[in-house]
Amino acid sequence: MNLRIIGTIYAKELRDLLRDRRTLMATIIIPTFVMPALVLGVGRVASAVVSKAREEIPIVMVIGGADSPGVRAELEKSGKFRVETASADWKALISEKKVRAAAEIPEGFEKALDSGSAPAVTLYDYQGELKSGIAVDQLSNFFTGLRDRTSARLLEARGLPASIARPFEVKETNVAPPEKVGGNLLGGILPYIIITLCFMGAMNPAMDLTAGEKERGTMETLLCCPAARTDIVLGKFLMVLTGSLAAMACSLLSMGITIAAVGASLGGRTGAPGGFAPTIDTVGILGVMALVIPVAVLFSAILLTVSLFAKTMKEAQTYAAPMIFVVILPAILGMLPGVELNYRLALVPILNISLVCKEMLSGVWHWGYIAVIFGSTALYAALALAVAVRMFRREDVIFRT
Amino acid sequence: MIEATLLTKVFHDRKRGRILGADAVSFRVEPGRVYGLLGANGAGKTTTLRMLATLLKPTSGTAVVSGHDVVREPDKVRANVGFLAASTALYARLTAREMIAYFGRLNGLGEDALHSRIRSLADELDMHEFLDRRCDKLSTGMKQKTSIARTLVHDPQVMIFDEPTLGLDVMTAWSIIRFVRECRTRGKTVVYSTHVMGEAEKLCDVIGIIHRGKLRAEGTLAEIRAGTGEQDLEDCFVKIVAPEAAR
Repeated sequence: MNLRIIGTIYAKELRDLLRDRRTLMATIIIPTFVMPALVLGVGRVASAVVSKAREEIPIVMVIGGADSPGVRAELEKSGKFRVETASADWKALISEKKVRAAAEIPEGFEKALDSGSAPAVTLYDYQGELKSGIAVDQLSNFFTGLRDRTSARLLEARGLPASIARPFEVKETNVAPPEKVGGNLLGGILPYIIITLCFMGAMNPAMDLTAGEKERGTMETLLCCPAARTDIVLGKFLMVLTGSLAAMACSLLSMGITIAAVGASLGGRTGAPGGFAPTIDTVGILGVMALVIPVAVLFSAILLTVSLFAKTMKEAQTYAAPMIFVVILPAILGMLPGVELNYRLALVPILNISLVCKEMLSGVWHWGYIAVIFGSTALYAALALAVAVRMFRREDVIFRT
Repeated sequence: MIEATLLTKVFHDRKRGRILGADAVSFRVEPGRVYGLLGANGAGKTTTLRMLATLLKPTSGTAVVSGHDVVREPDKVRANVGFLAASTALYARLTAREMIAYFGRLNGLGEDALHSRIRSLADELDMHEFLDRRCDKLSTGMKQKTSIARTLVHDPQVMIFDEPTLGLDVMTAWSIIRFVRECRTRGKTVVYSTHVMGEAEKLCDVIGIIHRGKLRAEGTLAEIRAGTGEQDLEDCFVKIVAPEAAR
């Protein structure tokens, strides 16, 4: 192994790829801006959509209730609904989103309220539809309020305090520090994003430096030089790894800035000490970065091998693109609640990282698992790299026609 | 000097089975001489030259290039060979200077020696005008000059040309021919593969006619003519590789 030659190849590949727009896009631009776009952009759009839906005064229909004019009048007076009498096609109108929800008031409802034995009110909505859901929630709140007021009135009429129907309150208070909350909330999604971006960051350089070189005819030019093939493949591998790690670093940096910005904005708004928004443990982030390095090595070596086999960039994309699902699936499994880390899962690549990172980001450090995961991933990465070097020595792969 | 001894290369293809790329090819080229490897497409020229440049490993047989065995010392062979083919392209995103410097460094040149070598190659090949221009912005002629500079940067003793004029216009092809002649004048050992008879007639001191992986005939132009009884090299070639067609 000649470090000078490896360094020369790495420096050339770095210079070459920094001039390639596709690589810059996949390695720097997307990881840097995808998180703020997701967290701020999508979050803001979603919040705006929900706010707008909440501002709308929904049209609701009342089915029956002709003998309960007081309830209907109260419903209208609340100012939260535009109340209409139900037509025969009220269900179709809800489906067509012309009416948001309906309330069926049974016969004799108002009269039965005084006896405290009124029959049930049935609410109708279109499940999964946001505005219908908001309307039915408001209807539910209205009738719950009506029930509370009725019960208080009946108790008062019997000379009893209203509190007898609600003898005590239940309060929930969070004792977890903000970073633990942050770890639990973001610990699931963060490793998934990092792992995915690590893969995407390696993909383009791997294809460009192997199949791309074959396609452009520069591979043969390179192989004419006296450099050993192991040195050539190691120089290229280091460049692919750089792409993968750069994508990770950019995504973490932008994520940190985004979370800090969101935290400051929410903290300022609520006035709560330290802000309501979750913060992430810095040591946890460093731990994640350290653990992701062997994963990046693994991805780089696998992508280099797969792309090397291809004759053209297009063929390499055909092989590499479906691999993203192999990467995403275990990463998603790691996000699912209830999937707990154990020594068997600690040997499953990607899933193990996803699970342990979730724990680390919430401040839990299982050193035994961490050692097994780091060791096993490093072993897989070394094997993948050995395969890449071996493939590079094969004439039928390099000169595949 | 080049001395190929029974160079054989067998490829295995899933559909076509066993393919004999080169079949016991032997020849010898002295310094200051141009050896022309003449053959049709798929005759085995590229396979033979790739074995000499150590891009492919012979299945059997060997060759000694500049005193080094292609099987046992491939790195040393490559350090003494300049390989120029239609398939050896330039890095589009590097400048001509960066391209030459990259291959100079890979050939072990120190920075001082490298810069002075680039200067002298640029003088010699008249490259100063486009030396700092990216290769994808160069004309075909400029690209060829850059490729030539790339092959010469480490001043190799042996030059291997694999159909270097393929697809080039007349002027660019002419500059390549001139460059090959200069290599001979400087005492380099040259192997030149082509299927263009005119190039072989103009350039080669010795011609080897290869067909289906086997060297069918070898000699000076005069010897080939005398052996076949034909004057035109194309007629000689057809008579050697397909005597039934020549009748």
